[in-house]
Amino acid sequence: MTRTDRLFMGLSWAIAAGAVVFLMLPLVITVAVSFTSSPVYTLPPPDLSLRWYEAMGRRSGLMDSVLLSLNLALISTAISLLLGTAAAIAVAQGQFRGRRAIATFSVSPLMMPGLVVGVALLQFLREMGLRDAYWSLLIAHVLITLPFVMRTLLAAMAAFDFSLIDAARTLGLSWPLAILKVLTPNLAPAFLTAGLFAFLASMDNYPISIFLTDARNKTLPIKMLQYLEEQPDPSIAAMSTGLILLALIALIVGSRTVGLNRMIQG
Amino acid sequence: MRGALDRFALLATPGLAYLAIVYALPLMLLLAESLRDAEGVLSVRRYTEFFADSFNMTVFWRTLRVALMTTLLALVIAYPTAFALARARGWAQTAILVAMVLPLSVGVIVKAFAWSILFRSNGALNEFLQWIGLIERPIRLLFTETALVIGAANVFLPFMVLPIYAVVRQLDPALGAAAASLGATPWFRFFRVTLPLTLPGVVAGSAFVFSLAVSMYVIPSLIVGERQQTLSMLIARSFLFLRDEQLGSTISALLLVIAVAVVLGSSWLARRLGSRE
Repeated sequence: MTRTDRLFMGLSWAIAAGAVVFLMLPLVITVAVSFTSSPVYTLPPPDLSLRWYEAMGRRSGLMDSVLLSLNLALISTAISLLLGTAAAIAVAQGQFRGRRAIATFSVSPLMMPGLVVGVALLQFLREMGLRDAYWSLLIAHVLITLPFVMRTLLAAMAAFDFSLIDAARTLGLSWPLAILKVLTPNLAPAFLTAGLFAFLASMDNYPISIFLTDARNKTLPIKMLQYLEEQPDPSIAAMSTGLILLALIALIVGSRTVGLNRMIQG
Repeated sequence: MRGALDRFALLATPGLAYLAIVYALPLMLLLAESLRDAEGVLSVRRYTEFFADSFNMTVFWRTLRVALMTTLLALVIAYPTAFALARARGWAQTAILVAMVLPLSVGVIVKAFAWSILFRSNGALNEFLQWIGLIERPIRLLFTETALVIGAANVFLPFMVLPIYAVVRQLDPALGAAAASLGATPWFRFFRVTLPLTLPGVVAGSAFVFSLAVSMYVIPSLIVGERQQTLSMLIARSFLFLRDEQLGSTISALLLVIAVAVVLGSSWLARRLGSRE
C-alpha cells in the first residue's frame, strides 16, 4: 500500500462515518422532538415530557388509519408473496422464452413515478366502475408490494439449487409438496426479507394511495400529511417515533434471522 | 418434457396478468389519452401547450435539475461509503449496515418531516452553523432548492450505496495488487481498473436514484412547499385541488416518458458496459 492508497482509504472511512451520521440524523431528530415539553419543535428539548404521546392518543381518526394501513399491508403482502413466489419459480425454472423480460417487467414498478401510477390506476378503476375505496386501495397495494417481493425472490431463486426439488420428487413427493417442504424452508430468509420490505413499502405509500382514498378510508401516511397541514405539533413526531420503533423491531427480527448483510442483498 | 415447460409458464401467469391489467394497461391508456386533442384526434397539442407556458418550463427544468443534483450528491457520498462498507468488519460494518437498513425501513414522511424541522430558520442546523462560526445570522434554508436536494439525497442514499456495494464486494483485491506490481500508479489504477469495474453499480444506482428523485412528491411538499413546484406537485395539484384532469394527465404522461427513458437508457448502458468486459 502506497501513501496515496492509504489516503484514499482514510478518506473513504471519513466519508462513510459522515454518511452514517447523515443517514441517522433525521431519525434521531424525530425521536428527540417527540419528547419535548414545548409546543414547537425546539432543539434540544427544554424539558422532557410525554405530553405529545398523550396528545397523539387524542387525535381523531388516528387509530382507524393505523388499522386500515396494517390491514392493507398484511393482506397485500400475503397476496404478493403468493403471486410472486409462483412467478419467480417460473422465471428460475422455466425454459420458455421471455423470462428475462418477465423479470424486468415485474420489478419495473419500483422505478415508475408513484403519482403517475396512482393517476393511471384511478382513471382505469373509475372506467371499470369500481368506486369502493377499500378495494381500490387493496388492488393498488398488491401492485406496490409485488415488485419488492419479486426483486428479492428472483435473486434468491437464481441462487437456489433446483435439483433438490428433483431429488425430493424422486423420493416420492409430489411437485407442490416438494416445493413446500424443500424450497420454502431453504428460502425462508428470502421470504422474510421480501415480506418485510413489502410490508414496510405498503405502510409508507403515499403517492399511489392519495388518489384512491375517500373520507372514511385514509391510510396512515395520508392522515399524517393531513395532520401536518392542519395542526403541526410535536405529536406528529410522537407518531413518527412509533414508526421508527416498528422499523427497529423489523430490523432486529431481520438481523437475528437473516443477517443484515443478506437482507440488503435482496 | 414439453408439458412440464408449459406448466412453468402457467405459474407466472397470475402475477403477470395482474401487473398487465392494473399496471401496464392503465399506464398505456394514460399515454394514449395524452396524445389526443379535445376532439379525440391524434396530436401533440397538449404537450406543445404545456411547454408554451413559461411557468411550466421553469417547473420542468427545476424538476430535472433537482433530480440531477440529488443523484450527484448521493453518488459523491455513496461511492466511498460502498468501498468502506466492503472493507468494514465487526462493529464498523454493523454501524454502516444499520444506517442503511433502518432509514430504509422508516417511511419517507418521517424523514422529510425531520428535515423540515432541521431546516427551520430557528432550527438545529442554523444554530449549529452559527455555533461553528460559518454564518453570522440564521439563513433561510427551508423552501430552498438546496434544502430539497440535501433532504432527497438523504432519503435516497441507501439506493445508491447498495448497488455500488454489490459490485465493489466482488472486486478481486488481487487486481489492484497486480496492477501495482506492474508499476501502475494509484491514480492510473483507480481510473483504468477500479472505476470501470464498478461502473455498472454506479449506473444502476444513479438510474434508480434519478428516477426516484424526478418523481418524488412527499419530500418537496414538506421541504419546499408551494413556493418551488415540481412536476409531481403540479400533478397532485391539478388532480386534487384544481380538478383539471387534462393538465394532470399530460404532466403524468410526461413524467412517465422521463422514467421510461431513464430505465431504458440505463439498461442499455449497463448492457454496453457488460459486453465490454
